[in-house]
Amino acid sequence: MSTSAQGIVERLRSILGLTPEAPVEQLKGYVEVSVDPASLRDAAAKLKAAGFDHVKSVTAVDYPDKKQIKVIYHASSMLDESLSGYVVGLATSVDRDNPTVPSLSGIWVSAEFQEREMYEFFGVNFEGHPDLRPLLLTPDLAAQRPLRKDFKVVEEDDYLKSTYEEYTSTKRWV
Amino acid sequence: MGTEGSQVQSLPGMQVRPLKKNLYEVAIGPAHPGSGHMRILVRVEGDVMVEVDPDIGFVHRTMEKLSEGRDWMKNIPLFERMAILDACNVTLPYVEAVEKLLDVDPPERAKYLRTLLCEINRVASHLYGFGIFGVFLGHSTLYMWAFGDREVFVELAERLTGARLTHTYPMFGGVRRDMPDDFGQHVRKAAAYMRRRLDEYAKIFLLNPNIRSRLEGVGVVSKSRAVELGLAGPNVRASGVRYDVRLAEPYEAYDRVDFEIPIYEEGDSLARAWQRVEEIKQSLSIMEQAVDWLEKHPREGFVHEKFWKTAPPIYKKVYAGEVPYASKYRVKMIPLYASLKVPAGRSFARTESAHGEITYYVESDGKDVPYRVRLVSGSYRNVIAFKYVMPGHRLADLPAIYGSFDYFPPEWDR
Repeated sequence: MSTSAQGIVERLRSILGLTPEAPVEQLKGYVEVSVDPASLRDAAAKLKAAGFDHVKSVTAVDYPDKKQIKVIYHASSMLDESLSGYVVGLATSVDRDNPTVPSLSGIWVSAEFQEREMYEFFGVNFEGHPDLRPLLLTPDLAAQRPLRKDFKVVEEDDYLKSTYEEYTSTKRWV
Repeated sequence: MGTEGSQVQSLPGMQVRPLKKNLYEVAIGPAHPGSGHMRILVRVEGDVMVEVDPDIGFVHRTMEKLSEGRDWMKNIPLFERMAILDACNVTLPYVEAVEKLLDVDPPERAKYLRTLLCEINRVASHLYGFGIFGVFLGHSTLYMWAFGDREVFVELAERLTGARLTHTYPMFGGVRRDMPDDFGQHVRKAAAYMRRRLDEYAKIFLLNPNIRSRLEGVGVVSKSRAVELGLAGPNVRASGVRYDVRLAEPYEAYDRVDFEIPIYEEGDSLARAWQRVEEIKQSLSIMEQAVDWLEKHPREGFVHEKFWKTAPPIYKKVYAGEVPYASKYRVKMIPLYASLKVPAGRSFARTESAHGEITYYVESDGKDVPYRVRLVSGSYRNVIAFKYVMPGHRLADLPAIYGSFDYFPPEWDR
């Protein structure tokens, strides 16, 4: 595994045309490549052309300390059996206050719904997405960006509320 | 829902709203008896679907957020709630991802036990899917048969783990307990029974001319389309793609058991149904191979030494057979799990669950709770197909296509 994993790092560098200093990390279970938001679409197109034909997972991670949100596209291949054993994470970091990332659903259709999900949970604005609207949540709840770290989960207490107003005041949505 | 001046017609589980001449919007669900908790907004011209918008999220429980406030161990029973019928398969990649961060490799015996339960779950889940498929097509006999036969595998899982559905069987570094002595004979009996029943399923359902006329050539997904949409699991293999995580990146004992990946080239609803029949046959064979191996090898080491050495003496005595199980001593959880801190890092793991590939991205910052867990299940990867495959078909084909994808709403909504 280790020698072939090294092989995939080299292969990625040549696919993406990266310099030896560019960040390609061999992590546990996948290889992560970090790029600028501006060159994200270009890198995705190169990966797609090299055989990474679908996106397994679109992940956003909130880092309030660094004031960043990282978006990772985990891509792999179904048709090319020499690539299907590997997962490549194409990652980009954007400003937390105004997270704008170019949408990759034009390149990978499989990313379309997951970008909608990251939009509602983190407020990441995917530029060029064909249909950017909340997927799982109601618009009220989506506006609060529930998966960001500053959204605290308030547990409902066990006691019945005596009035309806008191009851609804504990709800985060209407 | 209705606009002013338009007549809203309501059918059971459906609302219909005219948009303009000959164009209607049909809202199916969210409490349709077959569809589960999911709404599909369909625009029909005449009775041909022109636009389909799957509106999911009715059973969303914010598992990704909840997991950030729970101990590493307590997330296993949380995550298995997304698909209790497939509990081992859906929690296994989480356990594997955390094991990668802990740098712990479970003992061989644990790997075979996990493989065994994964396949029991897969058969049970496919049978559940068949039952729902039968309801969709108005074939209530298949519904009764499949749910009745699923009970055989649910009971096998109960014998192995002590719980019918929410087993919480895989743990970090191993499994929760070993199999009972007489488990092998039950597995072989169940496998022989199910093989016979599958032939009867074919006679009454898959070869039935009524069913074939509703499934054949309906909801065709070509090979390239299936890959482009990123479909997962049996659905992508029914379109001729040779991709299975058990083959692409073998986990647990899958590189040591002998099995085939069935493939159908047609890509229609009938092929997806046959695909599941063939996969059940392979699963039965894997189950038999796993119990053969487990019976031949000594009953020891089903938890990694790192955890096992912290187990209380009574725990070890029960497993050594010195103290009868279920006597006045209760076996409790190994203490190290309660205070587990996972080294900082990022990991990614995937397995092949019954509904398709399921992936977890786990990020730790060295604390006793995860920093971020991202999980994408097979059902979600398949739901995009409704938007792109259904248009062009008649509204009456919707249940056939929906059922053939074996979509399970709670698994995606999680």
